[in-house]
Amino acid sequence: MSAATQPKTVTLAHFTASGAELPLLRMSTAGSVDDGKSSLIGRLLFDTKTVLEDHLDDVKKSKVNRATRGIDLSLLTDGLRAEREQGITIDVAYRYFSTAHRKFIVADTPGHEQYTRNMATGASTSDLAVILIDARKGFLAQSRRHAFISWLLGVRTLVFAINKMDLVGFSRQIFEQIREQSNTLLSLLDGVHVHFVPVSALDGDNVVIKSERMPWYDGPPLLDILETARPSIDVAALPLRFPVQTVIRPDPDFRGFAGQLASGHLRLGDEVTALPGGQKSRVARIVTFDGDLEEAFAPMSVTLVLEDERDIARGDMLVATSKVACQAQTVEATVVWMSEEPLVAGRSYLIQQGPRVVSARVSRILHRWDLERLETRVASSLSLNEIGVLEIEAAEPLLFDPYRENRATGGFIVVHRISNLTLGAGLIERESENISECGPLSPEERLCLRGHSGAWVDLSKVQECADALERALLNVHLHVVRTEQPELRRLGLIVLTFGLHEGTPDVVVDGNDLRGAIEAIRAKTTLDTLHAFGEGEGI
Amino acid sequence: MAQSYVLSHLRALEAESIHILRETAAQFCNPVLLYSIGKDSSVLVHLARKAFYPGKLPFPLLHIDTTYEYPEMIEFRDRFTKEIGAELRVYTNLEAINAGANPYDLGTAKCCHLLRTRALVEGLREGNYDAAIGGGRRDEEKSRAKERVFSFRDKAGRWEPRNQRPELWNFYNGAVNPGESIRVFPLSNWTENDIWRYIELENIAVVPLYFAKPREVIVRGQTLIPLQSNVKILDGEQPEIINCRMRTLGCTPCSGAIRSEAGTSRSIIEELVSFRRSERENRVIDHDQEGSMELKKREGYF
Ligand SMILES: Nc1nc2c(ncn2[C@@H]2O[C@H](COP(=O)(O)OP(=O)(O)OP(=O)(O)O)[C@@H](O)[C@H]2O)c(=O)[nH]1
Ligand SMILES: [Mg+2]
Repeated sequence: MSAATQPKTVTLAHFTASGAELPLLRMSTAGSVDDGKSSLIGRLLFDTKTVLEDHLDDVKKSKVNRATRGIDLSLLTDGLRAEREQGITIDVAYRYFSTAHRKFIVADTPGHEQYTRNMATGASTSDLAVILIDARKGFLAQSRRHAFISWLLGVRTLVFAINKMDLVGFSRQIFEQIREQSNTLLSLLDGVHVHFVPVSALDGDNVVIKSERMPWYDGPPLLDILETARPSIDVAALPLRFPVQTVIRPDPDFRGFAGQLASGHLRLGDEVTALPGGQKSRVARIVTFDGDLEEAFAPMSVTLVLEDERDIARGDMLVATSKVACQAQTVEATVVWMSEEPLVAGRSYLIQQGPRVVSARVSRILHRWDLERLETRVASSLSLNEIGVLEIEAAEPLLFDPYRENRATGGFIVVHRISNLTLGAGLIERESENISECGPLSPEERLCLRGHSGAWVDLSKVQECADALERALLNVHLHVVRTEQPELRRLGLIVLTFGLHEGTPDVVVDGNDLRGAIEAIRAKTTLDTLHAFGEGEGI
Repeated sequence: MAQSYVLSHLRALEAESIHILRETAAQFCNPVLLYSIGKDSSVLVHLARKAFYPGKLPFPLLHIDTTYEYPEMIEFRDRFTKEIGAELRVYTNLEAINAGANPYDLGTAKCCHLLRTRALVEGLREGNYDAAIGGGRRDEEKSRAKERVFSFRDKAGRWEPRNQRPELWNFYNGAVNPGESIRVFPLSNWTENDIWRYIELENIAVVPLYFAKPREVIVRGQTLIPLQSNVKILDGEQPEIINCRMRTLGCTPCSGAIRSEAGTSRSIIEELVSFRRSERENRVIDHDQEGSMELKKREGYF
């Protein structure tokens, strides 16, 4: 590079925090509907003097007030008309406040089951979750679901705030009981830090100031817990991951890869590997508008120039050669489903990991979580708010680290191909085992893969409806074949036969009632009938 | 290594906004940056220049001109956009203006609906933009606190707050079908205080109306209305000279000034610490009814 084009430079100190700067904590609320999440956040904002007078006037003037005394602090975050009218939170509200010790970004999320996706949105970026529990109701299924989803999404500090203590006479016994109830769940969630605090969001007990009405509680008030909670993990200390967002090419002499470091740090001269593909090069320049840098770290947004011409595009990732990311087409992932339209094994979706979008198929559902019993179950689909572990086959390689190791590169969202809606959130666990090494299929696996059990459908009486029936069954994603081998139903196929055979068919079609026939077949092949089928007379 | 790898608060916000702006440029065919001339717009344009450096801005700036804005704003707009070599587009709802729309006869709410909300929806439609980048911040108003960074708008430009796409991590789903669009808010997580501190840090040019100086104003209720050619003086009102500045910019009849001695960004930051009231309070139109900002947003307002 000639002296004339020597770029201006800037030191890293231009970007780093001074010692005086307050550290940041991102937190979210969680818990069942009406447990007092918004009231608690309102109380926290109010008692830390964050609320502006005109916002408070607006709350006081509001036609709604659900608080039994004083002002309804939940209205400080429940800002939508529908929320005020229905008295529930519908979508996440983000609030910013700081104390003498820390800055906070708070996501107040809804407790209503219908809006669990919005709770997950809030939890995906938070370090700490305050899980509210109504002291009168105890540990509910929804409290469990929210604690579990928060943990799955990587929240590692859970603060259980047992709220409405004023309505249970500030009873120590009730507080201790709820603590007990949470034990089974907590034994499942490894690596979490847990706190319990009895509060009244309405009156402010143990929120900012220690309550005199619960002398038996010897822990700190909620705000102290928040101020001293573990900071988020240091992403700059993880291996370098640099997803390329766009290529900047203002003239033929400059070709820079623009992106934000998802994790790690890099210096001039460092060797990087471009994924997918694995081409190697070295960092020649770290460009910013403010000047060139000698090093950069996550989460800085920079533009990198490499020493060699490399064919790198949006959606590729530059990684540390000494510790490359995983690259695989078949992965196992936990998915939180967020759409009314269920996830079905065999369907194809788009998978978006930051700037990388690939087409993928859910090849099988390994299991679904039953959050009532905290057990896993067999499933062929996931409905709204259900969580399952899937195997996903992508058309192009996915670039990732296991979500537990790196929150910035282990997640993805599932997008509908036609409506473009975001349908779910996925957390990659690992590359899936090589199919050729998996051995024979068990009847159960086959069932999960196909999404239904087999059936023998006897069409000997009405052969003319076969075309329509086959089409109709394929339309609802059932595996159907025409053959004179009824025993193939054992392999999970729906067998349409025309001739006469020994044994008992599952369905005999004898009229031209196509819809009735389909209903009968579906009833025989849903997963619930699996055991009955397995124990039946068989062929 | 002795070096501490912690990004400062403002640099972290900056990095996040740059990431969002790059996603927007990469995901859409025809994005536009809505340039309102205010301080948030100044910051937004500054961030966009950073995001694509050493390249040029990959999208034009669109100003929805109501024709009732302060003349200083228009001067600033023309000088600033020329200086940075940005492509400026201006849209005005001429149909409404020709039909006589003005704040004095229609009232501010109706006027604003026609000259801002409608104008914006029409302007975006005319340009066939699939993404519109705005300077909205979540700390501004209660319904904004609920807004996504990538916020979906249907074919009629409407926001449906009850059914927003979940937005996890920093993965932004900008996929739309023809006619649908996304509003992008790169400053979502900034507060008013952050904006001023960043303006100071980066020495960003803003319209001089933001800085206090003695101005000729009319005192109307709680607000000070700077005397402009098109402000109507009501019976019994007397112009006075008062040291004041604007906290937000808008049309002359809708945005008032506040009493202030703060003549620099530093003194504004100091003054903000003592403020107990929000910046939008001096905007007349937001208060017409409970949730009025949300209603306007649902119709397409920014
Ligand atoms: N007595 C009493 N009432 C409370 C307390 N905290 C909240 N409430 C009341 O409980 C009701 C629900 O409060 P919210 O804060 O809206 O509950 P939420 O958890 O945010 O509800 P969703 O967001 O809809 O899930 C309101 O009527 C509150 O006034 C408390 O500590 N004591
Ligand atoms: Mg709530």
